[in-house]
Amino acid sequence: MSVAAHGETVAAISNFIFPNDLHVHWSLMIVLYPYITGLVAGAFIVSSLYHVFHIKALKPVARFSLLFALAFLICATWPLLNHLGHPERALSMMLTPNPTSAMAGFGYIYSAYFIVLLLEIIFIFRPVVVGLREKATGFMRVLYGILAIGSDNVSEKALKIDHKIIAFLAAIGIPMACVLHGYVGFIFGGIKANPLWATPLMPLIFLLSACVSGIAGIILTYILLMKISGRAIDMDCVQTLIKFLWGFFILDFVFEMLELFSHFYMATHHWHTLETLYSGPLFNTFWVFQVGIFSVIPFFLLMFMSLIRFKDGLLLFFAPIVSIMILLQVLLMRWNVVVGGQLMSKSERGATTFHPMWLEKEGILPAIIIMIAPVVILWIIGKVLPFWVDDEGVEAV
Amino acid sequence: MIDIQKEIQKDRRAFIKNVLSGTIAGSLLMVIPAGAALDQRLPEQISGIRGDDSPFTEKKFAFVVDVTACIGCGSCCVADKNEYNVPDGNYRTWVERYIIDDHDEVFVDSPNGGLDGYTEERTDIPYPVRDTFFVPKLCNMCEKPSCVQVCPVGATYKTEDGFILVDKNRCVGCGYCIQACPYSVRFLNPISKTAEKCTWCYSRVRQGLLPACVNVCPVHARKFGDLNDKTSEVYKLLREPHVISVLKPGMGNQPALHYLGLRREVV
Ligand code: SF4
Ligand code: SF4
Repeated sequence: MSVAAHGETVAAISNFIFPNDLHVHWSLMIVLYPYITGLVAGAFIVSSLYHVFHIKALKPVARFSLLFALAFLICATWPLLNHLGHPERALSMMLTPNPTSAMAGFGYIYSAYFIVLLLEIIFIFRPVVVGLREKATGFMRVLYGILAIGSDNVSEKALKIDHKIIAFLAAIGIPMACVLHGYVGFIFGGIKANPLWATPLMPLIFLLSACVSGIAGIILTYILLMKISGRAIDMDCVQTLIKFLWGFFILDFVFEMLELFSHFYMATHHWHTLETLYSGPLFNTFWVFQVGIFSVIPFFLLMFMSLIRFKDGLLLFFAPIVSIMILLQVLLMRWNVVVGGQLMSKSERGATTFHPMWLEKEGILPAIIIMIAPVVILWIIGKVLPFWVDDEGVEAV
Repeated sequence: MIDIQKEIQKDRRAFIKNVLSGTIAGSLLMVIPAGAALDQRLPEQISGIRGDDSPFTEKKFAFVVDVTACIGCGSCCVADKNEYNVPDGNYRTWVERYIIDDHDEVFVDSPNGGLDGYTEERTDIPYPVRDTFFVPKLCNMCEKPSCVQVCPVGATYKTEDGFILVDKNRCVGCGYCIQACPYSVRFLNPISKTAEKCTWCYSRVRQGLLPACVNVCPVHARKFGDLNDKTSEVYKLLREPHVISVLKPGMGNQPALHYLGLRREVV
């Protein structure tokens, strides 16, 4: 077989799939799982930019981001549980874990991060909660009592200690948020049997796209919530968020492309598998949608918005649009990685197809419900902990 | 509703009558001891297992598939499906057909995993056929199994005698092992919702019997034995200068499944 004939040969034999590879085993739920954890990690980073790196402009969304992260973190395990054949045994992953399994570590990292996030929220909101408790009655009073962790001391000295604790929690929260999502990338990146996943860049790409989706999520919800409640939008804050979004997106997009380019350039035997994938089953979802429409257009939009001083109205028009596009870009990226990786048979000869159904257990409808759940939870959290009130009880107007 | 109740009553009555008259009881008595004595009734197929007091861990089993011998009849697949009640559309073992034409193009297929044999001729081969052969696939019982490495709860484990098994009662059905096996031999059993794969018929082997597929192969293309037994066929095959290779050696899984006369086209 001559080298030149290789391309032809590949085309001719691109249709044998191992019998067990016919259906895609990790479907929509496993697409959602890294998507949701990504939103969590990204939102947390936004809050840390204020609390740790003192980006003052982000003050208006700093607290909201934490609650946003919490709402999504609560739901992060739902798609996983729905996917498991035996969800009732899920806790064994933590009780009798197999130390060599990348997946086994997730439960610990998730729980540890949950605790840190919860503590940070409790300390940040403590003065507010103490104030709210005074006004509340009945159940809410008890709830605020619990949230105030039994202390209504809001003296200057007490608050100073609080601030130290908050700074500490936020600081350890950053590496933990990174680990949480980088780790999710590693769950895929550590699978050598799948040439699309098996790359050391996978955790990094997952992490960067997490930051990107989190920031976009915050921009979108911030503008929407402010508009709905008729409050004034802090333009400086939106402007800063857009700049960060642009910065993280440059890194994210460049690494996504570098990953592909490295495969192409090295052209090991994996490349012929990946080439078939990218030019075949993934052509539309990857090249047309993820790269073409939802990366290139937002890339330029973000660039213009960051470099040129847009009028407020125009910025508020484009910011939500670009955020939605970025959110879709990341969702597509998760899809192309998770589902895409499974479309190629391990026979290295053929590809299969995958079309999610609406009503099946892991279908589109359950996916939509799982994506709506955090929004509802966020709304409930908002009933207890006001998003836009600061320590002094001053509400954003 | 009443009708159903009546039917059940009738059934029950019939059952009791049968027991009393000895038909069911009698047949049960015949089945139970017969099952228990299975290994005594069937002649030992892997020598040195029955009555051998040395620990099983000292055995080192190997599976050898002779690609040059396989005729693609699918008997092994049928035996496997019957033995383990493998659900339709999933395969613990399967047989692939390779056809290579004059222009070195390779055509592979495995309709229904080869269960029905290969009765259909392929009519889409553009040039005269140069070579054709069958390749049975099954769990490679890797020395370094990636499925064991990734299982979050240790449900997939390696026995002391080198078999890779799945504990149905522990498996959470996450499917991580399915992704991690480079050979795609695993699937999620749609009924038990747990991972499943070929076990090299561990329970048969422990009774001195050959794996079911090895037992039925009419041309002796599947061979099985203990490498520590110097008289075994697999020992001799792996020791002597034959063309022997494993699948995807680059994966680093170090399979204990060896192929005799494997062609380079096979993945
Ligand atoms: S072939 Fe696959 S299932 Fe069998 S031991 Fe190796 S990795 Fe595990
Ligand atoms: S499906 Fe079962 S055996 Fe496979 S990795 Fe998950 S828990 Fe382990």
